Amino acid sequence: MTGVTGVGPLVRLAVRRDRVLLPVWAVLLAGMAGLSASATVGLYPDLASRVQAAQNINATSSLVGLYGRIYDVTALGALATIKLGGFGAALLGVLGLVLIVRHTRAEEEAGRLELVGAGVVGRYAALTAALLVTTTALVAIGALTSGALIAAGLPSSGSIAFGLSWAGTGIAFAAVGAVAAQMTTSARGAIGAAGATLGLAYLLRGIGDSSDPDGLRWLSWLSPVGWAQQVRPYAGDRWLLLIPLLALAVATSAVAYVLLARRDLGAGLLTDRPGPATAPAGLRSPLGLAWRLHRVALAAWLVAFLLVGIVVGNIASDVGGLLNSAQARDMILRLGGRHGLTDAFLAAEFSIVGVLASVYGVQAAMRLRVEETALRAEPLLATAVSRARWTASHTVVAVLGTTALMVGAGLGAGTAYAAHTGDSAQIGRVLGAALVQLPAVWVLTGVVVAAFGLAPRFVAAGWAALAIFLLIGQLGAIFEFPQWVMGLSPYTHVPRLPGGPFGPTPMLWLLGIAAALTGVGFASFRRRDLG
Amino acid sequence: MIRVQGLRKSFGRTKALDGLDLQVSVGEVHGFLGPNGSGKSTTIRVLLGLLRADAGTVTLLGGDPWRDVTRLHRRLAYVPGDVSLWPNLTGGEVIDLLGRLRGGLNPKRRATLLERFDLDPTKKCRAYSKGNRQKVALVAALASDVELLLLDEPTSGLDPLMEQTFRDCIEQGRDDGRSVLLSSHILAEAEALCDRVSIIRAGRNVETGTLTELRHLTRTSISADLAGPPNGVASLRGIHDLDVEGNRVRFDVDAAYLDEALRGLTEVGVRGLVSQPPTLEQLFLEHYGNGSAGGRPADPAGAAARS
Ligand SMILES: Nc1ncnc2c1ncn2[C@@H]1O[C@H](COP(=O)(O)OP(=O)(O)O)[C@@H](O)[C@H]1O
Ligand SMILES: [Mg+2]
Repeated sequence: MTGVTGVGPLVRLAVRRDRVLLPVWAVLLAGMAGLSASATVGLYPDLASRVQAAQNINATSSLVGLYGRIYDVTALGALATIKLGGFGAALLGVLGLVLIVRHTRAEEEAGRLELVGAGVVGRYAALTAALLVTTTALVAIGALTSGALIAAGLPSSGSIAFGLSWAGTGIAFAAVGAVAAQMTTSARGAIGAAGATLGLAYLLRGIGDSSDPDGLRWLSWLSPVGWAQQVRPYAGDRWLLLIPLLALAVATSAVAYVLLARRDLGAGLLTDRPGPATAPAGLRSPLGLAWRLHRVALAAWLVAFLLVGIVVGNIASDVGGLLNSAQARDMILRLGGRHGLTDAFLAAEFSIVGVLASVYGVQAAMRLRVEETALRAEPLLATAVSRARWTASHTVVAVLGTTALMVGAGLGAGTAYAAHTGDSAQIGRVLGAALVQLPAVWVLTGVVVAAFGLAPRFVAAGWAALAIFLLIGQLGAIFEFPQWVMGLSPYTHVPRLPGGPFGPTPMLWLLGIAAALTGVGFASFRRRDLG
Repeated sequence: MIRVQGLRKSFGRTKALDGLDLQVSVGEVHGFLGPNGSGKSTTIRVLLGLLRADAGTVTLLGGDPWRDVTRLHRRLAYVPGDVSLWPNLTGGEVIDLLGRLRGGLNPKRRATLLERFDLDPTKKCRAYSKGNRQKVALVAALASDVELLLLDEPTSGLDPLMEQTFRDCIEQGRDDGRSVLLSSHILAEAEALCDRVSIIRAGRNVETGTLTELRHLTRTSISADLAGPPNGVASLRGIHDLDVEGNRVRFDVDAAYLDEALRGLTEVGVRGLVSQPPTLEQLFLEHYGNGSAGGRPADPAGAAARS
């Protein structure tokens, strides 16, 4: 038996497990690229408006930091893909590392690789199969994206370079995920470590890109995401820069194989440090436990929301000069409030931030079902803990967690904006604009809790509701859906602050609906079987 | 302690419990035996108010397990058959948490149990094997001052040494006046520990009684070295699975004909004799091994012993 015996069956198993996940990601990513490219093509019909827009972006350091630089201001493709280049590449990186960990460390942690190991499968088979499947999937997504960009009317050479730079970044971070999977003993830990590496790489290129050429600009060259952007699709197509990405992927994968050879099945190179032999005083209630289970993830989300807030506040400060195209101005005005472009921009951004907070809320509330199916609710509910008290624990974390996130984003944006304008009153105004999103966010957590009580097998209804509400918001404005359809989405009832009119009635309605859904969830969970 | 009558529970089309009766009295260690899928865990979950009974009456510690959840749960401790713990908490943290949620645990007993079960409480739960996770749940349950222990196949992951420790702990619990419902298909365990047993199959009772009562249902294994060729042995009544090898015989004999069989052997002359008492494994084989419906023993002596 050689080290890779059994790769074939493992590849088939992985493909079978991912047969829904992968096509969905592929269509989402390629679709997002194609749609946003064709939207840009429509938004800047002539060369002059295009150059103007590109120059504005390059002059706005917060935007350059967030997305990257446009290396040819006359190139439509470079402008159209500015938001996708670095950010989309990072998304592929996330997909790559999650896929690898899912098929290696997660399986090992669940004890399924032990079964595999006992059979006729070689030591390196699982890692090899995971790398094969992930690499193939990422290349396919890159190719699909190239096709979507070409179909959107962009030049083919640049589109292919773009697709390859995406796939390359994904593969490089898949390899990083493979190394992380050898180090830690938990899948969560591996994804966290590899994800943090990706975040650092993104941050490095952000600082580098937005710095002076003779200043810290070199930092971008330390980042694989920076290399992907230096391929400069549509603005030179520097194919050779794909080589460092691939070299990194190969070298890092080799490291993963070496580490794998040196460790035991189930073990990591970083062993878990021993923890306390007795529980801290705070761990004496379901809520104390829920806090313990959520706190690390919540802290990470909170940091991200603070950063997003600061970026939004910075961009808002010079958004006036940014959108010089008449169409863009017109669109923002139509979408937003009537008190100026900046307010409209902030309102639009906070509605997106509100959706992101809903993602956290849905996921945190879904922990109820995760704990139940993992059989970890049973030992708790066999103690003197009532069902209501246990349900409340994760619900409270979801509700207070989303509140903390919106406060973080609001304070970040508010202080950044106030610092630019020298007007400290803006902090409260901007924070208010963030907080009004919360009732809509809680409707979503309410949907999850209600589904958990009524039809636990369908708690994913939370994600479905989020997707539908999002689509209503996005497509409704374009296709002019009838009012009652628009009204189905809680997000359409959120006041457009700052600047827009504010009436408490819709907020109270949303709060009432959220409370009712949550109450239904509590009551029906009390009545149903566990399991 | 526990009184269950005519309990029914279905999951969709599967009838997990089909008119089950169970009684556990105060201070008793009650074995709850049945093959996999016979409904042991389902019964215990109903007793814990985790599942709702479709029909039948269930009384636990004088209350209704579905309605008086928190009040009753303060007085009992549960060890699930499949212990799943929070991967990033340590074993010690889980023991304390579960103990506190039950209304407190005895710190001295906690320390003793950790030592007896040889469990390292500083390890993260993700690093524990199945057996160690089971020990965490056991320590948490046994260290609580409760009247009733509900244990669902608690030793399925323990090694033999730890099984002995577990038995000692249960004996001690009995001496302290606790009642125990112990589900198992490790029969030697029930034999060693239980005052009475209930045997179920497919959600229905097959037998209930003390082990002495149920012994009537089983055969004794005899293996003997005889002085001469075992000629008359094959014609003895109540003999099964006879195996002759020279002057050596091996057979199983129904309890009612044990007398006769021994007399038959001494007629030939006995040089050596080993007799094995009926084990619950045999009881099981009799009731479930041949798959005969109802699992009723052929021996009429059994019918009288059935309670
Ligand atoms: N949550 C459930 N959903 C569907 N069927 C179940 C569920 N729990 C148990 N069953 C079925 O009920 C029967 C009894 O199971 P169980 O009580 O776990 O048996 P035991 O603990 O004696 O092995 C089995 O046929 C099992 O498949
Ligand atoms: Mg069971």
